[in-house]
Amino acid sequence: MDTTTIQLLYLVILMIFLGVELIHHVPSVLHTPLMSGANAIHGVVIIGSIIVMGMADDTLSMILGFLAVLLGTLNVVGGFVVTNRMLEMFRRKS
Amino acid sequence: MDATLPILYLVASVTFIIGLKMLGSPKTARPGNLIAAVGMGIAIAGTIFLYKGHTGEHLHNLGWIFGALVIGSVIGWLMAMRVKMTAMPQMVSFFNGMGGACAALISLLEYKAVGGEALGIGNGLATVAGLLIGSVSFSGSMIAFGKLEEKIGDIRFSGQQIVNNAILLAAIVLAGLIATGNITDFSAIILLAGVALVFGVLFVFPIGGADMPVVISLLNSFTGVAAACGGFIYHNMVMLIGGILVGSAGSILTIVMCRSMNRSLTNVLFSNFGGTTAVAATGEKSQGSVREVTCSDAAVMMSYAKQVVIVPGYGLAVAQAQHACHQLEMELEAKGVTVKYAVHPVAGRMPGHMNVLLAEADVDYDKLVEMDEINPEFPQTDVALVVGANDVVNPAAKTDPSSPIYGMPILDVENARQVIVMKRSMRAGYAGIENELFFRPNTAMLFGDAKSSMTNLVTEVKAL
Repeated sequence: MDTTTIQLLYLVILMIFLGVELIHHVPSVLHTPLMSGANAIHGVVIIGSIIVMGMADDTLSMILGFLAVLLGTLNVVGGFVVTNRMLEMFRRKS
Repeated sequence: MDATLPILYLVASVTFIIGLKMLGSPKTARPGNLIAAVGMGIAIAGTIFLYKGHTGEHLHNLGWIFGALVIGSVIGWLMAMRVKMTAMPQMVSFFNGMGGACAALISLLEYKAVGGEALGIGNGLATVAGLLIGSVSFSGSMIAFGKLEEKIGDIRFSGQQIVNNAILLAAIVLAGLIATGNITDFSAIILLAGVALVFGVLFVFPIGGADMPVVISLLNSFTGVAAACGGFIYHNMVMLIGGILVGSAGSILTIVMCRSMNRSLTNVLFSNFGGTTAVAATGEKSQGSVREVTCSDAAVMMSYAKQVVIVPGYGLAVAQAQHACHQLEMELEAKGVTVKYAVHPVAGRMPGHMNVLLAEADVDYDKLVEMDEINPEFPQTDVALVVGANDVVNPAAKTDPSSPIYGMPILDVENARQVIVMKRSMRAGYAGIENELFFRPNTAMLFGDAKSSMTNLVTEVKAL
């Protein structure tokens, strides 16, 4: 394995520990918004779809790439907006 | 080497970490979400304008990319803004499925562009894993969506577990052969996608609707891992960090959710709520007589009570009775009755579901009491008003080891002097089991739609 791959593996392992630490002791009231927020964050997959689309050169790749960017955008935009709406409900009203 | 894009990715990664951290506390959750969203915007813009391929060329097809971004944003925004608060869980599931499908398409296109032989084992593994996990996440999320919309029931057949395992095994073997370059035909990877989609469907089919939050949370972490596979393929740090972070945090969240129901993940995924025998057994035993109460009687009981505890459940959400419920609370308070809400950690279809709903109706946050705090108060409570909740107040969880929900902590409403249960019919709860609470001498049933019953109650209480 080359050094880049090894470095990526280091990063993966460290991120696993960080993810576990971040979620510890979250009150159950916030489970749903937290899940929804995490859902929006994995929308980062859109970056990959933009790269694929930006390098596509035949019709089939173009169509599938377009679809990928579209679905990724749904994940990102929908995810963040839904989370925001949920959290709005938690605001203390005076 | 131009370091601008990697630095933008680093900034985005940090916003994801800070955002997730802030989502864990009620005070900071909202800004946390916004910070992560800003980071996402930075990563997307940076990629479009600064990304360079191996040969140093910028991305083309920018018109198409912007087109997809704009259409996706408009649709996503409209869907997210229009969805009712009660339908939030299935909305999350839907968006999660979109992310999974996106990851699967990336793998498919990458395989098509690079070709089977040239991938190499590392990228080969990441590509097939992204396709496999992304496809399962997509089809599984769609089934979970359908179940929560109550368009799809629980589908079980004998030997289901064996069939599922066989399909999964077939998918893994096929994926292995493709990743190692033993099969290089493009149709094979299409077949793999197909098998993975079928597995996702069959995997979620038998799981009870009440367990969908756990399933969605699990599939959420799946999509995270699928995104990370994409990061591995392109050596893209922000995808890798964002993906793994969600994969890991999502797994922990899944386990925490199971724990709050006092069950294990295996139990949730594979027990199918203990089959039909347990249902028959408890059903047989509890056949007693049920006492009905009229709205005016219930209104009298509550008006002259010292303390009323309202136990909201999914029925409240479906009937959209939260505003009427808040009105009843105010009318009772005006008569000097103390009103509290007892919120079970898994009441509704998702943890925190009831809090969101009641907050929407302007119910004071301090009136929502968590299970451990309210349980000792039930013996001093005159009336416990159960609004469309069932499994979370089923005493069988404490007394009947054969019950599928045995061991789940519940709200001890049966200790209140009088229990009034608002329910549409005598139908069993989402877990599909009888509730002996309804047959207890201190329980009275108020049949009907939660919203109209609640409105009638308000009128009756006002008139007193």
